[in-house]
Amino acid sequence: MTPPVLSVRNLEVEFHTRRSVLHAINGISFDIAKGEVLGVVGESGAGKSVTGLAVIGLLDPPGRIAGGEIHLSGMRIDHLPPEEIRRIRGKRIGMIFQDPLTSLNPLYRIGDQIVETIRTHTNLTETAARKRAIDLLAEVGIPAPEKRIDAYPHEFSGGMRQRVVIALAICAEPELIIADEPTTALDVSVQAQIISLIKRLGRDHGTAVMLVTHDMGVIAETSDRVAVMYSGRIAEIGPVQDVVQNPLHPYAKGLMGAIPTLAGEDKRLVQIPGSMPRLSAIPQGCPFNPRCGFVFDRCRVERPEPVVRGRQAVACHLYDAAPNDVAKETAA
Amino acid sequence: MLAFTLRRAIQAIGVLIAVGIISFSMFRFAGDPVNQIVSIDTSAAEREAVRKSLGLDDPVVVQFARYFGNAAQFKFGVSYQFRQPVSNLLADRMPATLELAICATIFAMVFGILMGVYSALRRESALAKLFQAVSLIGISLPTFLIGILLIYLFSVTLGWLPSFGRGDVVRLGWWTTGLLTLSGLKALILPSITLGLFQLTLIMRLVRAEMLEVLRTDYIRFARARGLTTRAIHFGHALKNTLVPVITVAGLQFGSVIAFAIITETVFQWPGMGLLFVQAVQNVDIPIMAAYLLMVSLIFVTINLVVDLLYTIVDPRLRSTISRPA
Ligand SMILES: Nc1ncnc2c1ncn2[C@@H]1O[C@H](COP(=O)(O)OP(=O)(O)OP(=O)(O)O)[C@@H](O)[C@H]1O
Ligand code: SF4
Ligand SMILES: [Mg+2]
Repeated sequence: MTPPVLSVRNLEVEFHTRRSVLHAINGISFDIAKGEVLGVVGESGAGKSVTGLAVIGLLDPPGRIAGGEIHLSGMRIDHLPPEEIRRIRGKRIGMIFQDPLTSLNPLYRIGDQIVETIRTHTNLTETAARKRAIDLLAEVGIPAPEKRIDAYPHEFSGGMRQRVVIALAICAEPELIIADEPTTALDVSVQAQIISLIKRLGRDHGTAVMLVTHDMGVIAETSDRVAVMYSGRIAEIGPVQDVVQNPLHPYAKGLMGAIPTLAGEDKRLVQIPGSMPRLSAIPQGCPFNPRCGFVFDRCRVERPEPVVRGRQAVACHLYDAAPNDVAKETAA
Repeated sequence: MLAFTLRRAIQAIGVLIAVGIISFSMFRFAGDPVNQIVSIDTSAAEREAVRKSLGLDDPVVVQFARYFGNAAQFKFGVSYQFRQPVSNLLADRMPATLELAICATIFAMVFGILMGVYSALRRESALAKLFQAVSLIGISLPTFLIGILLIYLFSVTLGWLPSFGRGDVVRLGWWTTGLLTLSGLKALILPSITLGLFQLTLIMRLVRAEMLEVLRTDYIRFARARGLTTRAIHFGHALKNTLVPVITVAGLQFGSVIAFAIITETVFQWPGMGLLFVQAVQNVDIPIMAAYLLMVSLIFVTINLVVDLLYTIVDPRLRSTISRPA
């Protein structure tokens, strides 16, 4: 059995500040298989970006991985020395950030930036790398790539720049792409194109994709599975149809109520009252308890561990069969 | 691009006319120029003749137009103290000042950039902290004090370097250079350091701040996510983006380097325009003072223009906004 492309086990991330230690990620586990798209949703501050940065090894001090393991195709990568994780970045894991307008160095032609990346990870010659850069630009849908390769970033629209960023992320044929809100900064009209481009590239190359987004509509359309994050934990994870149509976690239920497009049946926008606790003031027990409509005594003292329900895994005391027996199981 | 250059050139000429008015009015506020030229026992009739021959009885506007027209052809009249055309005196002295200013600027740029980059990349190292401390001293110590300290150490105590003058110079046409003789080069060292030290600390602090800023940008984070080597990120990406504003500031500072050369030239008895100006002030030699003012502002304005154009060459974003007028 081949291992999943990405396997995260009990990951913990801390930020050491002058006053205290903030636990941004509190023991999350998930897998992404070859060719699979995992959507990651959650409110601002839930820890989605921090998870992506931890995987690719770009957490900067004061942030650090405080526990758990990260495996890439069976190889443990969370404790590699900087130079070795550097070789994995861009080669085996491609990253796409939110803002294409600022992701490219304004002083260099896009072709130079692509060639530079290709040549960092392969031993292609300048000419061969340039040829590959043109092919990549064509693949991500830049018209007249042999001309546009010599243009500067500011000569492209936002959507076109995000395509260039995607070309840069896939230029060494990575096994995993982490896309952190790749369309949030773009015009609504081009968002769908970029999302379908990422999905197509993932399918064509068998790449695993971790797609962070606020947009449940995007998740429903593109993801195979979805992870709902809350306060540095995964509240619920499972196949996208199951989680969208039959959310188990009270927070996920609230979120799904907030999708207007779902099956066209329910057009209400449900707001979950309250806001996510700050990292310095996470309540004891279930972090969602101050906002939860189903809260009961145990929620305020004991932290819920993920339990498997069908194809979903949910961290909520409502689903505890008996305390602590299925707690060690993680999402499949 | 052409329109942009033209617009900047017109602005530059405007500035020069304004400075021309100021330097012209110096003649009128510093007393009757005729008195400077004639001796005490000259008769009133003779004084009138001199006044007429100098055109001093024409309307002010005519006098200014004539003055500015002459100045535009680098004719600045005759020095009261030397009885020689001011333009000859300036041409004699200019190479000394320019060589000093250029050496000081190169010194400031090279060390300022090196030290700035180092302190940005090794922020916590002892050396970086030392640079920061030294730069505070460099900014707060007056130039003449630095010059005197350097003379005391390297000329008086150690006897390694000359304490005054330009050393032996070589004549190349009207230009005299100290760069081709050993004594000329040795003589350049202390004055260049003295003059460049302030710029050095300025550039170092600017490079450090700018580089730290650039290292926080999204494109640097993305460059790291692309797996580029630290070296490529620091010296390929971050440094180039850092240098764009640094070039501008360093370039613009060249004008003030020339202006501040007055102090350094006085301390080191450096035979440049600044020393000439100081002597002119002592002797109320208005033609020299006025001409110096005009020359320095001409240099300022030219540098501004060049820096603006250079900026557009380095930064492709500006290049296209300028060539495509909005
Ligand atoms: N450098 C840092 N120092 C301290 N805390 C940090 C730092 N970076 C992130 N955090 C904290 O980690 C938590 C998770 O942040 P993260 O950026 O992953 O959120 P997110 O889910 O991506 O939110 P968004 O939707 O706004 O992008 C937040 O509470 C944030 O305050
Ligand atoms: S554990 Fe309790 S508070 Fe938390 S989501 Fe479940 S019911 Fe609500
Ligand atoms: Mg984020």
